[in-house]
Amino acid sequence: MPTQEEIYTKVSATLVEALNVDEEEIQPTSTLQGDLGAESIDFLDIVFRLEREFAIKIPRGELFPESIFQGDPDFVQNGRVTDKGLAELRQRMPFADLSKFQSNPEVGHISDLFTVELITNYIKGKLATSNN
Amino acid sequence: MRWIWIDRFLAFESKKSARALKNLSLAEDYFADHFPGYPVMPAALILEGLAQTGGILVGEANDYQEKVVLAKIPSAQFYTDALAGEVLIYDVEILNLRAEGASVQGKVTSAGRVVAEAEIFFAHLDRSRSKQLFGDHNFVFSGELKHLLGLAKVAAQPRGAG
Repeated sequence: MPTQEEIYTKVSATLVEALNVDEEEIQPTSTLQGDLGAESIDFLDIVFRLEREFAIKIPRGELFPESIFQGDPDFVQNGRVTDKGLAELRQRMPFADLSKFQSNPEVGHISDLFTVELITNYIKGKLATSNN
Repeated sequence: MRWIWIDRFLAFESKKSARALKNLSLAEDYFADHFPGYPVMPAALILEGLAQTGGILVGEANDYQEKVVLAKIPSAQFYTDALAGEVLIYDVEILNLRAEGASVQGKVTSAGRVVAEAEIFFAHLDRSRSKQLFGDHNFVFSGELKHLLGLAKVAAQPRGAG
């Protein structure tokens, strides 16, 4: 089982290839869209590369859920994610750190959850499950 | 305008690999301007041929039901010029193939010399969304491309069959 550090290094290398960014630009807290300029099509490219790099299967929507709430009023009201929505996020993305997001849960900030650290945590969880 | 940048398929293995051929004729319009006295195929058109070879390979994998669109080229290298009179061979192999899209690795050679290499990424247009926008018509695999697809099927058959 690789260490967090080893996983992070590989994740960074994957992002360098997929997003054509310099390694120095990548920090654990870098957001994929805001900081690293990822576009929607890049997410599938990242998934492909992670699958190859770590020899894992990433089912559709597991790492990057597509339009999580679909405008469901139970989950989003007045542009903010409701408590029910937060619970849904927690369930769908147990590997995400929601502590900062839930203090100001604007829908527009969801993309900021997708950081290099989030991918590293996801991979770590995935490798731990596959080794059991 | 004709937008077919391969002449025929030489080999086709469903969901795995394809090989296509492109003759570079001095009669092709672009050679007049690119460049006068030095007819070299534009790199973007070499890539287009490679992408068409890969796109058909990816499309055939789902029986041409998906609208396969070129989404991105993560890397491409060009090693040498391809001049009028040369015969380009486009080789592509599927790296990944799944419901949302696919990626292929491609290589272009001329008389055994590597002209270019590229990784090409295709997306399947979201079915419900593309139906809203374009209806049932599959605008990707239509007309001239369909003719080529027929040729691809012929190339896919084992020798001596049919």
